Amino acid sequence: MTHSATPELLPEFAVPAIDVRGLHKYFGPNEVLKGIDFHVDPGQVVCVIGPSGSGKSTLLRCVNRLEEPTSGEILIEGIDICDPEVDVDDVRSRIGMVFQQFNLFPHLSVLRNLTLAQRTVRGRGKAEAVEIARQNLAKVGLSEKESAYPAHLSGGQQQRVAIARALSMNPDMMLFDEPTSALDPELVGDVLAVMKDLASEGMTMMVVTHEMGFAREVGNKLVFMDGGVVVEEGLPADVLSEPQHERTQAFLSKVL
Amino acid sequence: MREVAALKRTTRTRLWRYGTNVAIILVLVALGIAADWGVIEQNFWNPLGVALSDGNWGDLITIGAVNTVKYTAIAFAGGLALAVVLALMRMSPIATLNWIATVYVEFFRGLPALIVILFMGFGVPIAFQWYPPGGLVGAGLLALIMVAGAYMAETLRAGIQAVPKGQTEAARSLGMGPMSTMFKVVLPQAFRVVIPPLTNEFVLLIKDTALLSVIGAEFNGRELTTVARDFQSSGPSSGTATSLIQAALLYLVITIPLTQLVAWLERRQRKATR
Repeated sequence: MTHSATPELLPEFAVPAIDVRGLHKYFGPNEVLKGIDFHVDPGQVVCVIGPSGSGKSTLLRCVNRLEEPTSGEILIEGIDICDPEVDVDDVRSRIGMVFQQFNLFPHLSVLRNLTLAQRTVRGRGKAEAVEIARQNLAKVGLSEKESAYPAHLSGGQQQRVAIARALSMNPDMMLFDEPTSALDPELVGDVLAVMKDLASEGMTMMVVTHEMGFAREVGNKLVFMDGGVVVEEGLPADVLSEPQHERTQAFLSKVL
Repeated sequence: MREVAALKRTTRTRLWRYGTNVAIILVLVALGIAADWGVIEQNFWNPLGVALSDGNWGDLITIGAVNTVKYTAIAFAGGLALAVVLALMRMSPIATLNWIATVYVEFFRGLPALIVILFMGFGVPIAFQWYPPGGLVGAGLLALIMVAGAYMAETLRAGIQAVPKGQTEAARSLGMGPMSTMFKVVLPQAFRVVIPPLTNEFVLLIKDTALLSVIGAEFNGRELTTVARDFQSSGPSSGTATSLIQAALLYLVITIPLTQLVAWLERRQRKATR
């Protein structure tokens, strides 16, 4: 609990990018999230770790309302996105999301994967959308693949295209849902390198991950979840080397 | 018998198959010799009817086959458009839309197409004094569209549900609305899955257009079966089944390439999904 919240002192500057308050989520009778309070400040990289079934992916998916929260508040840049007045499509277009299974559109070329939402959601013209797409492909190191189809790319390349697709919408923040968990080990490094670059550019990131090395090196904050609650959070180096809670200790002793 | 028993099992099986083939061929040859080919030719392949000039072929092809293909295309396009609407309704979260589509699909899949054609051709116009555009043929086509739409709606729904949920999530997470997600991301992928079954539906529709012969049409609007029926009662081979045989051949010329195409598409898809 090393993080000191400051929104009361400096509201204009310190509105969190993501602010989750008292979030509960049920799937049928199962309570998956049991009152989560969680926030990500602008420019921060927050990593969320925990055993499978701990609710970490559900929390992430609630942040852009791919899952509908049962109760609680989710504020994105200060606006409650669960308010029925809020245009959820507009909110989502400002939050990039990267999935474990990449979810590229298999019927479209790489370039059209990157331009589709730019054109339909942002209303950009073709030339502008293509230019932005090419900049982002260059950023993830896949300029030469723009006319390839997803099926012809390796998992690591697909995930980098997926990151470029999200970036092409010029999002204010990025959500990563176990972005390297479906990759062969030798392909993980390329994806993490792209994410590291993003972090160093100041992108706000929430990363659900099992990559403790990435969390330690890049993360500003590490959150450990178990059983639908936040058990412990703090600086990654502190949590990883001196976990306070015994559930954290038990988990880390298994994965490290 | 002892010699036979002494043979290897595989050799015995081979001999048994060989003997069966020979026996069946002998029966066929005997039938061919016993048959009265003169009578058969007179009634089923009448020289006057199959003559290249002044025979039945001209009208069968330029009127019958052409209209059959045209009507099939119209019924297929109309049925597909209706099917998209029905499939979307069946997956709608709005209960009444879902319910209406479900009842519609079950209703029209459970009826013979012929009943619907007669109903649209003779029932509806008399009851409501409303005549569908295109006269009786138009009414019949409307009936085929209504029936084909019900069948294709189920095919399409299965195709849409075969598209992984992650595709919708990816599109929605980019800020795309439900409609553009459906039409730009989900449907294009669903159509790939359903191209073989839809081509199959096209073949079924070709054959179903023959049902239009029960409601009749003006001379140049007749489909293939109607033309063949008319040649049974008048024309160079009247009183024989020659024109029906000719029509049957023309149907096969259209349908067999299409069923082969379906088989090829299915093989290619199996390869692609592996």
